[in-house]
Amino acid sequence: MTATSDAPVEKVGVPKGGLVVEDLSVMLTGKDIDVVNDIDLVLKPGEVVGLVGESGSGKTTVGTSLLNYSRAGAYIGSGRVLLEGRDILSMKWQEVRQVRGEEIAYVPQDPASALNPAIRIGKQIVELLELRGIGTKESRLQGARDGLAEVGLPNDDEFLSRYAHQLSGGQVQRVALAMAFLPKPKVLVLDEPTTGLDVTTQAMVLDTMAQLCRTHGVSALYVTHDLAVVANIADRVAVMYAGQIAELGPKEAIFRAPSHPYTRALLDSIPHLSQARALTGIPGRTPAPGARPSGCRFNDRCAYAIDACRKDVPELREVAPDHQVRCIRAGEIGTWDISRGVVPDADPDRKRDIILSIENLNIFYGRKHVVHDVSFDLAKAEVIALVGESGSGKTTISRSVGGLHKDWTGTITFDGDVLAKSARQRDATNRKRLQYIFQNPYLSLNPRLTIEQIVKRPMELFGIASGKEATDRVVELLDQVALGPRMLKYQASRLSGGERQRVAIARALAAEPDVLICDEITSALDVSVQGSIVALLEGLRKQRGISMLFVTHNLALVRSIGSGVQILKAGRVVESGPVVTVMETPKEEYTRNLLSKSPRID
Amino acid sequence: MTADQSHEHEHVSALSGEEAPPPPPIAPAEPGTFKKAMRQKRFTVGLGITLLLVAFVIFAPYLAPYGENEVAGPPYNKAAGVFGTDYLGQDVLSRVMHGGGEILLIALLGTLVGMVLGIAIGVVAAYGGGWWDEVLMRLNDVILSFPQILLALVVLTALQKPSAWILIVLVGVSHAPRVARLARGVALGIVSRDFVIAAEALGEKRSRVILAEVLPNMNAPLLAEAGLRLTYSIGLVGALGFLGFSADPGAANWGQMIQENRLGLATQPWAVLAPVIIIAIFAIGTNLMADGIAQVAQRGDN
Repeated sequence: MTATSDAPVEKVGVPKGGLVVEDLSVMLTGKDIDVVNDIDLVLKPGEVVGLVGESGSGKTTVGTSLLNYSRAGAYIGSGRVLLEGRDILSMKWQEVRQVRGEEIAYVPQDPASALNPAIRIGKQIVELLELRGIGTKESRLQGARDGLAEVGLPNDDEFLSRYAHQLSGGQVQRVALAMAFLPKPKVLVLDEPTTGLDVTTQAMVLDTMAQLCRTHGVSALYVTHDLAVVANIADRVAVMYAGQIAELGPKEAIFRAPSHPYTRALLDSIPHLSQARALTGIPGRTPAPGARPSGCRFNDRCAYAIDACRKDVPELREVAPDHQVRCIRAGEIGTWDISRGVVPDADPDRKRDIILSIENLNIFYGRKHVVHDVSFDLAKAEVIALVGESGSGKTTISRSVGGLHKDWTGTITFDGDVLAKSARQRDATNRKRLQYIFQNPYLSLNPRLTIEQIVKRPMELFGIASGKEATDRVVELLDQVALGPRMLKYQASRLSGGERQRVAIARALAAEPDVLICDEITSALDVSVQGSIVALLEGLRKQRGISMLFVTHNLALVRSIGSGVQILKAGRVVESGPVVTVMETPKEEYTRNLLSKSPRID
Repeated sequence: MTADQSHEHEHVSALSGEEAPPPPPIAPAEPGTFKKAMRQKRFTVGLGITLLLVAFVIFAPYLAPYGENEVAGPPYNKAAGVFGTDYLGQDVLSRVMHGGGEILLIALLGTLVGMVLGIAIGVVAAYGGGWWDEVLMRLNDVILSFPQILLALVVLTALQKPSAWILIVLVGVSHAPRVARLARGVALGIVSRDFVIAAEALGEKRSRVILAEVLPNMNAPLLAEAGLRLTYSIGLVGALGFLGFSADPGAANWGQMIQENRLGLATQPWAVLAPVIIIAIFAIGTNLMADGIAQVAQRGDN
């Protein structure tokens, strides 16, 4: 693992059953550009290795390469993937087909699309066993039942005769896990299998996975962007950046003593459950294949970069036993201190100057009553977080407050005015002072308009500024959200997710609002981008005294940004209060459960 | 990501960092539908054919060897001129050269009317939703249940002498419900997107939401539909000419020529074939164009 030697099979410390990846690179077809390169990785039997990276880092590409698969437009350029001494990359396709699923199993990100919607669950599993020639005709159904039992699912006839759409997200994921484990593979590749699941479901799936790996001695590569998940399940962690492994080491080493500036920056951008942290992001954006800088690929975003970093691509070198770093300055940049980013929690006894109050809010979808009697208020320059699992009604509440959903009863008072149900019925002042930011910046900006047009529009609409003056203000606002004036003439489709979300924030700010409603605004973004967006919002809150209603499913994030929190379950508030109180001394069982199931780093 | 970038920073712009990272490369601008279509061979070929034919229709009357109604020889004479003469002894080539103007004009304007009307109905139905959608689309279905040509014939038989305008409106109205169905389908996928809801939340006028937010995102599928409708229009106007409905029965008209000369098909096939072929080429040209745009639209450009 330390170097690419020519005799990999005899390498010490690689017992039977593991997987060795050597000098793997994946190239773009027709161009001399690598998507990932120089990947060396060892999966020991029974070991879970977390492969962490942001979007565009090539982590999924590495994951699928272990099955000798590359997406259309890319091909595996070099390297070896050795399973018990056999190189999967040089096998004939018939052999590869045999190995896939039987010896190396793959669990995709969205299992719902991997299961056939027209075939019943039981039949699907039996078919898999048939395909792999496992068991006899009679024993296969029992095999399917055993497989389901192993992942903690019911295995009666009723369950076996269900279709995929009749299962919940967590159940589908566990069916996928059961199917991956049934042929008794030696290696398992999991590609973000819990993204999009609730924390409790996620915890269940992760537990199931970890247990199966341990009992069957299966080595697993867990591909994810979520450092907190990795901290919970992985034995070793590989951090990827721009197609290379930046740092590789035991979990403790990566989280306690990260040595690569990128790993440190990543850790600085994630919130913790146990303490309020001032989050920071990483400036710039992840370079795409072909646009990566020469030398160290992180040099253009690195705070510690020196001239030598721009010259040569650094090798992975050992800083501690089993702990390797791809940074020439790894020893020189000091130690990393987790508590550097800690800030005091918001003071629960602060005097509050109420600006928005919600009383007895009941919300309906047609005849369905989805939110029951919710009341809370929001003070000036305060952030109230609405937290809950999917289906808890948090987004519905925010949409009703924002006037985007009008089927509700109750009273919403905004600075003395009782708000009408829909945004159209509200007067211009209230519309202007209450701005909504959407979850997905890929959907919330019109792809046909330029950034200037998008940000300028609220000013023209509310008569704040027009013409040249408005353009100047757009530049000013873009500067505030850390975007340069050269963005003005670009269309939104040319920006990255983080940049788009900044534009969306700039658009909201253009109306000079007093309250921002933020609907899961960081959930579609990478952690480093989330960090910088949170820092930006915190700055705005302090500087302009803007209040925020912050909808999220991420409890750790609440600790960093919120001063008050409302925990929601099935459309009702189960617990509310200052963030410190609720998170340190939760009173309700539900809150305690949420807190304990949330993956934590500390 | 320097150590000094802590929460103490009051100045938000400082978040961009003192070290000012070099401007990241920006992805190249998304080319417009037209530019993308130009990379399609079938689109460029179709566009070429169509442009050539339009130029032919516009300039040919000045180059024609004979006048529109000039007698060039005995009827159904194969020997006279390039394509011989027709049932009145007029030169077929000259008739073809003169006869495109009306078809082209009515087909183009009719398509335009049909597109505008159809898009208006479809987008309003999709954006309005609820009752608007129901009423508009059910009325639409009523018109849709008539075959295009029948709808035109019903009106035309009631009129003594149809003017070009009536034909344009008829072609347009018969297209409109078909366009409306497509426009509604496309618009439905857009009106539920967050940027439309964002405009609503700002309190934009409904007309502005439709014009500035919804319509610009529909242009690729609508362009493809326009090309297809143009093809149908040419066929429809040709067919109406064949059935004897044209603005000026004396003037040359490709559709009408087929009908006038069909009795002499055995003796002088060119008098029928020449207009048939030119209508076919025109329709193929516009159809290729529509196909090219449709492929670009299908690939998705968001």
